[in-house]
Amino acid sequence: MPAWAVQLIAHHVRPKIMHNDQFVATAPPDRPPLTSGPSSLPVALTVNGSTHVVDLEPRVSLLDALREHLDLTGSKKGCDQGTCGACTVWVDGRRVLACLSLAVTCEGRSVTTIEGLAAGEELHPMQRAFIECDAFQCGYCTAGQIMSAVALLEEGNATTDAEIAESMSGNICRCAAYPNIRAAIREVRDAGEGGHRATA
Amino acid sequence: MSSAIGSPIDRVDGPQKVTGAARYTAEIVLPHMTYAAVVAATVASGRVAVIDTGRARGAEGVLAILTHEDLPKLAEPHLLPSLAGAAAPGQSFFPMQKDVVHYAGQPVALVVADSHERAQYAASLVEVTYERAPSITTIDEGRDAAYEAERLFGGLLPARDERGDVDTAMAEAEVRVDVAYRFAANHHNAIEPAATTAVWDDGRLTIYDSTQGIRASQLTVAQLLGMPLSDVRVITHFVGGGFGSKAMVWPHVTLAALAARHVGRPVKLSLTRQQMFTSAGHREEQEQQLAIGATRDGRLTAMHHEKLSITSPFDDWAEPATGVSSQLYACPNYRGEHRLVRGNTMTPTFTRGPGEAVGVFVLETAMDELAHELGIDPLELRVRNHAAVDGHGNPWSSDGLEECLRHGAELFGWAGRNPVPRSRRDGDWLIGTGMAAAAYPVPLFMPTQRARARLYADGSAVVQAGTQEFGTGVLTAMTQVAADGLGLPLGSVRFEAGDTDLPNVSSAVGSAGAGMISAAVHAAATALRDQLVATAVADADSPLHGADPATIEVREGRITQREYPGVGETYGELMQRNRLADAEAPGSWTPPPLDTPHGLLTFGAQFAEVAVDPEIGLVRARRMVGVFAPGRVLNPKTARSQLVGGMLWGLGQALLEGNRMDPRHGRWGATSLGEYLVPVNADAPEVTVDFVELTDTVVNPLGVKGVGEIGQVGVAAAIGNAVFHATGRRVRELPMAAELVMD
Repeated sequence: MPAWAVQLIAHHVRPKIMHNDQFVATAPPDRPPLTSGPSSLPVALTVNGSTHVVDLEPRVSLLDALREHLDLTGSKKGCDQGTCGACTVWVDGRRVLACLSLAVTCEGRSVTTIEGLAAGEELHPMQRAFIECDAFQCGYCTAGQIMSAVALLEEGNATTDAEIAESMSGNICRCAAYPNIRAAIREVRDAGEGGHRATA
Repeated sequence: MSSAIGSPIDRVDGPQKVTGAARYTAEIVLPHMTYAAVVAATVASGRVAVIDTGRARGAEGVLAILTHEDLPKLAEPHLLPSLAGAAAPGQSFFPMQKDVVHYAGQPVALVVADSHERAQYAASLVEVTYERAPSITTIDEGRDAAYEAERLFGGLLPARDERGDVDTAMAEAEVRVDVAYRFAANHHNAIEPAATTAVWDDGRLTIYDSTQGIRASQLTVAQLLGMPLSDVRVITHFVGGGFGSKAMVWPHVTLAALAARHVGRPVKLSLTRQQMFTSAGHREEQEQQLAIGATRDGRLTAMHHEKLSITSPFDDWAEPATGVSSQLYACPNYRGEHRLVRGNTMTPTFTRGPGEAVGVFVLETAMDELAHELGIDPLELRVRNHAAVDGHGNPWSSDGLEECLRHGAELFGWAGRNPVPRSRRDGDWLIGTGMAAAAYPVPLFMPTQRARARLYADGSAVVQAGTQEFGTGVLTAMTQVAADGLGLPLGSVRFEAGDTDLPNVSSAVGSAGAGMISAAVHAAATALRDQLVATAVADADSPLHGADPATIEVREGRITQREYPGVGETYGELMQRNRLADAEAPGSWTPPPLDTPHGLLTFGAQFAEVAVDPEIGLVRARRMVGVFAPGRVLNPKTARSQLVGGMLWGLGQALLEGNRMDPRHGRWGATSLGEYLVPVNADAPEVTVDFVELTDTVVNPLGVKGVGEIGQVGVAAAIGNAVFHATGRRVRELPMAAELVMD
């Protein structure tokens, strides 16, 4: 565990025995809760193959780190409660809800977002299929849908329509493009193009 | 002659949306950005007794905290639907002007800080002490004080509609169906929460807003702040869904502007998902009663349709529920009424298929009951009673209902259906089929709509109108309209929108968007084409010199004589020779007068098959078919998607979506997508959509009646009728909860 994380935990759990001025000064013992959040510290995030060092408070979610600090706004904030799936990204290749993940926990891991899916100008087959099948309307859930769709093909969870529907039910599309989303996933599956991930 | 219109082309914004490049409001980057968080009232009625901001002010990164004690006084808001083209606040009340609290979730303080986390955290440190007063948040609590509304929709519509002698005809009817229904409240839950980013520069305000109508945001903020419209600019490139929740302008938009002025930096205000349940309107809790009188051979003789719903303390708001029941079927004696209960909620608002999605559920459920009672096929009962004229005796601008019903029946396989309930099984599942007619009013109360077309000498064109893309495909459809109007290939035309500095169109609401915007875009594009044709025939050096403009056409950027396609030249050749670097034309369209002698409805037909597990009350829609007659279809691919989406909204309305107030606290029971259920992928069956083609020469120049609402209308009734067919049980409440369906 890095030193700052030890400090952070100590700060919250046992503030009185801390001897680091930076933390003690901010928490008058008679006035909980704190008026300041834990201080920002540099965090190295590897996103779409590039490593960025950003100053983040430990309470910053991966989603807010991407959107507010790295200007990667393709991942969407629909609920910030882990219920809509619009923030779905991959962490070390697994589907993850970025709104429920703290950015600091992603240090040393590989994060992939919708911006990292296409190979340069060439769209990923799933991106092309989403356009061809009109698998979105407003587009706000689309990044999450596509990140889930590509992953579930790799996971082997798209053999039947019922399986696709079940596996994609963590990604809400309020425009209700669901039949077209299934069609896009089928199209990529049947063409056998789903497996390759452009970057990661 | 058109080629682009009617083609199922892919969305022009598709690549931006699938790569994450499309920027929505909360994703606009401005230097020195700050973040606002709303502190919302936790009581439903009363006043703010003490608001202690001390600790919050001391929190790290906090730049300002605004409460009713220091927020500037604003002009009075007056609710008016945004389509009307004036200021369109969602309610006639602006919070934080006094200490009064009218509903839970009402903003009582606004915190601005230098980061999102710090703003949210400081908001949690604001300590508010309330003096709580008794509240009314359900119809049951206010039933005794219900009153008959005079007018609805900010005064635009009468609340009562009556013809003939309903009571006598009902008393004398050979057959009567008289049933009451209850409806839980609905929330739009667009996946993009409403957001506004505001920035001031030298006394002028720019707002980035998540809205269905940039012009409405501009008008509303300017009116509330007492500013000239020329000093307020609204920009919106992409909106993550609206469904009515972004059709009106809610207080957070103006609050963001005030906060930005206060801190002298840009302010980004995103509502949280929880706040979306209390800050952007909802479809009100309601009850409806419909009595139908008919002859034994299935002719309607009387109809009485009543709605009782709960509104806010400050507005007589009810979605009008009788716009279809009053005119879909020929019935000489009719009465429609809206009664209201004042309660402690914000003013309810438009929700997809406003009013009629619920009203038609009631009508089409009652028609199914009548068909069952009479032993007449439900589809034939509709055809037999469909009116040839509207309630005022005017012929429809275009019809198509019977064709929709017949074609839908064919696609669905309706013929030969055994009407006996509980007659089909599939293992443990009871199988039922149901149908409903669909209709939705075509609204024409918008002001003049404007667009502008510009052609460059290289043959490329930009066509502009101040609308916004929220999933309807407007950028794509208007590119098609502009290309045809100019006679250019699609790839040479870019349609630009999303800025109030562009020519003005109204909010895209009530399925009016495609019709009114295409009218203005078509006018601008054809005006520019005609202007250049006139230049050509007047130009002694043009091969078209002296030709009659009426004999000339433009295709693929080439101006030719229709009869002699070899004679002509390109736009580019003409313009370069005449030293025209570009050419430009405005276009406008003014809708027909409100008393146009035509009935104005869009028609459709809905069919559904359900499987019901009677042991646990589970209802699954197995397949759905919808056939619609929406006039000219600009892009069948995007239109079909919108209709499929609408139909699945109908599924949600029927089976899943409902919220209830907890009267002890005066707060909603559900404030997340984990508690308020919307359809997910596994809920959605395959959906078949088809069109009945028809020409409408009344509603607008291209004959577009719109597809935003009609997809949803009638679905819940078709599903409910299928549940009855499967189980023999009538569920008179939406959503149809398991306990209402199970044996």
